[in-house]
Amino acid sequence: MAEQLVLRYPIDGENFTTAGQASSNLKKVLKQLGVAPEIIRKAAISMYEGEINTVIHGKGGEAEVTIFSDELRIVFRDHGPGIPDIEKAMQAGFSTATDEARELGFGAGMGLPNMKKYSDELSIESTVGQGTTVTLIIQLR
Amino acid sequence: MTVQEFATNNGLEIVTQGDVSRTISGCYIGDLLSLAMSRVEEGQLWITIQGNVNIAAVAALTEPAAILLAEGRRADEETLLRASQQGITILYSDKTAYELACLLYEQSR
Repeated sequence: MAEQLVLRYPIDGENFTTAGQASSNLKKVLKQLGVAPEIIRKAAISMYEGEINTVIHGKGGEAEVTIFSDELRIVFRDHGPGIPDIEKAMQAGFSTATDEARELGFGAGMGLPNMKKYSDELSIESTVGQGTTVTLIIQLR
Repeated sequence: MTVQEFATNNGLEIVTQGDVSRTISGCYIGDLLSLAMSRVEEGQLWITIQGNVNIAAVAALTEPAAILLAEGRRADEETLLRASQQGITILYSDKTAYELACLLYEQSR
């Protein structure tokens, strides 16, 4: 569990054009570290969904990725509006995305469900009016 | 069948050229990026009508053999630029996603 590497990515709020850069970078790093392709896929999907959520709902924030010898921890922090009903937000198909986001192909209500599906642990802390922190753990072995 | 062969056989326009010698291993059709993100498999042809820059991000992560924009849809400039930078092939066709998938199926047998 010795800490190996910490990566920090600022995420620009409401900017759909740069979303995906952090995921793309993380994927490269994991490839260089020799992580198995199926685990890289899980990490890339989770990371991308988290990035998009931070852009759409969080109005920007940051992602912090810590790579341990046996697991990957990804923390998304934003200072957006918060999630009033986390259980509802976890339901596949439920979305509060804007029309703009939907026109771009987002807002299918699959963000958090995908993050849960493709990670080994997911926890959400959110306070309405203050922001949301989503933490994901992905086992590397 | 390679991307180049499929494009040539069916009159598809190669708009940005990555590695067109890649073999196509089936296809995924979809326009919702969260679904595409989790469903497109490496080496597949991703057929979509989305032309915004986020398709380049999804392709960079899922590594399809190519993105094929169906029904005469076009990608915007930023998407083409990003795809070029990342070595992602984008193809254009006026055919529907269904027609294209059928062609791929018939010609891959």
